[in-house]
Amino acid sequence: MSEPTGRRRGDGALLDALLGPGVPELGCDECFAELDRYVELELARREVDDLVPGMRAHLAGCPACAEEYRSLRDLLGADEVRAPR
Amino acid sequence: MTIPTETAGQAPDESSALWLARLRADGAEREAALGELHELLLRAARFEIGRRRESLSHLRPGDHEELACQTADDALLAILAKLDDFRGESRFTTWAYKFALLEAGVKVRRRAWQGKEIPLEEEAWATFAGAARAERGAEDRELFAAIGEEIERSLGARQREVLVAIALNDVPIDVLAERLHSNRGAIYKNLHDARRKLRAALAERGFELDLYLDRKEER
Ligand SMILES: [Zn+2]
Repeated sequence: MSEPTGRRRGDGALLDALLGPGVPELGCDECFAELDRYVELELARREVDDLVPGMRAHLAGCPACAEEYRSLRDLLGADEVRAPR
Repeated sequence: MTIPTETAGQAPDESSALWLARLRADGAEREAALGELHELLLRAARFEIGRRRESLSHLRPGDHEELACQTADDALLAILAKLDDFRGESRFTTWAYKFALLEAGVKVRRRAWQGKEIPLEEEAWATFAGAARAERGAEDRELFAAIGEEIERSLGARQREVLVAIALNDVPIDVLAERLHSNRGAIYKNLHDARRKLRAALAERGFELDLYLDRKEER
């Protein structure tokens, strides 16, 4: 699984930024509404792409939402380390 | 798009239900819950501001803490206004965190661009033309030339402005939204429409975009 990223990297990044994911995707508001559920499902190793369709595409196309996604994922990860269940 | 919500309608877990009950209580119980929630939001805000430290290098150390406090305050207000929207599809603390991370992200991006001009479209075009020339293969140069033409020809003024700012100039969407007196969702819609039109125009000209993008990925 490749990680959605808003950062420039490699040769195709400019094309990606200009052309977007090119598949159906959520909007920013829907993305925010689903973000907590999505990250928890992902950390529980569930099939997030089936459970929250259009999310991965949006994270690939929207640098700001992708930053918030990574932050929530990493913050929850840090919590797990502090208080393992 | 509709989203299948297999978890929809399920009751919040015990600790989330307790959060909700305490935040909806009166007096000392609510005060205590608000204090704990604010602590939690402050932790998320510090986490986010900490990891974006380099984009805030012009701030003094005390400013980071002030920004974190403002973030936690604003996130707390947003959460209290939206408490009825919490559907128990995640833990309450995860749901709350995202408000703090959003507030922090928006604040950091705006601070980082404070007083900075958004580059003009002409400057962006010079950069773009440079990138196009640097492409080694003739096919790639042809594609970049076509993209340049179609951005000029196929897009509306707002679509072009948004695409150029975000995709060519790396202007953060929240910064652009603020300057255009709009919001993230509406600006992303402009971006999405611009990309869709651009793809359609290029496909019409015979470019097989997925082949290009896959090949770029492999390099
Ligand atoms: Zn977005």
